[in-house]
Amino acid sequence: MEMDWYLGLSAVLFTIGVIGVLTRKNAIVIFMCAELMLNSVNLTLVSFSAQLGDVHGQILVFFALCVAAAEAAVGLAIIIAIYRNNLTVDVSRINLLRW
Amino acid sequence: MESYIFILFATLAVASALGMISSRDTVNSALFLVLNLISVAGVFLLLKAQFLAVVQVLVYGGAIMVLFLFVIMLLNLSDEEQMLSRFSIRYAVAFFLGVIVFAQLLYAIASVTGTLPHIHPEMEQVGTVESIGDALFSIYMLPVLVTAVLLTAAVVGALLLAQRKISEKGN
Repeated sequence: MEMDWYLGLSAVLFTIGVIGVLTRKNAIVIFMCAELMLNSVNLTLVSFSAQLGDVHGQILVFFALCVAAAEAAVGLAIIIAIYRNNLTVDVSRINLLRW
Repeated sequence: MESYIFILFATLAVASALGMISSRDTVNSALFLVLNLISVAGVFLLLKAQFLAVVQVLVYGGAIMVLFLFVIMLLNLSDEEQMLSRFSIRYAVAFFLGVIVFAQLLYAIASVTGTLPHIHPEMEQVGTVESIGDALFSIYMLPVLVTAVLLTAAVVGALLLAQRKISEKGN
């Protein structure tokens, strides 16, 4: 099994995440698309780690998981705070700082 | 055999990712993301990274997605109105930028293609809990401690951000 397929799958998932961030309006779905992109980068790191037989790529994925957990907690708290002020999570209606 | 399992997991991952960004209901999006994370964990197993596959299911599919579903339930969101009903310039721009990103990624992959070996024969030992724990608690001891501080700061920050303003009564 060639490694290119794993990298290609990772690229496809990352692109789907980018398109989701650009098209959706719901802040929670945008956040989940960001998680999807983080996960595809993890897949790239694991596949390079597997073909080099090196443990360090997997250690990096482990720390990326920790940062993703912290980011999810803080990001969802921010979304709750925004919802409490605006009663919406539609990013096109959160335009207080828009020029 | 390995190729067929990879095709199964890859199709499942791409299909659930597409379902996630095109689903109108937020809960359905979250459940599609769970399916996507579990199929990526299956790909990790194919790459012989057993520990990370288990951690992926436990931490991502378990803890983080439960947090997402809990917030969706707490906010009690209604379905998005007219998500794809009218064509706007936004979708064209998003598609265009997506194609650009995909082309860049394929270009980056193409520069290393052909030079990549198959799965390293020592990978059977590298992906185990033993070797990862060995590396984590010897040379990566300081980053592990810093991660503990980061997680504590994240929990405290999330509590501070999400709590109701108590001091407003005083103003």
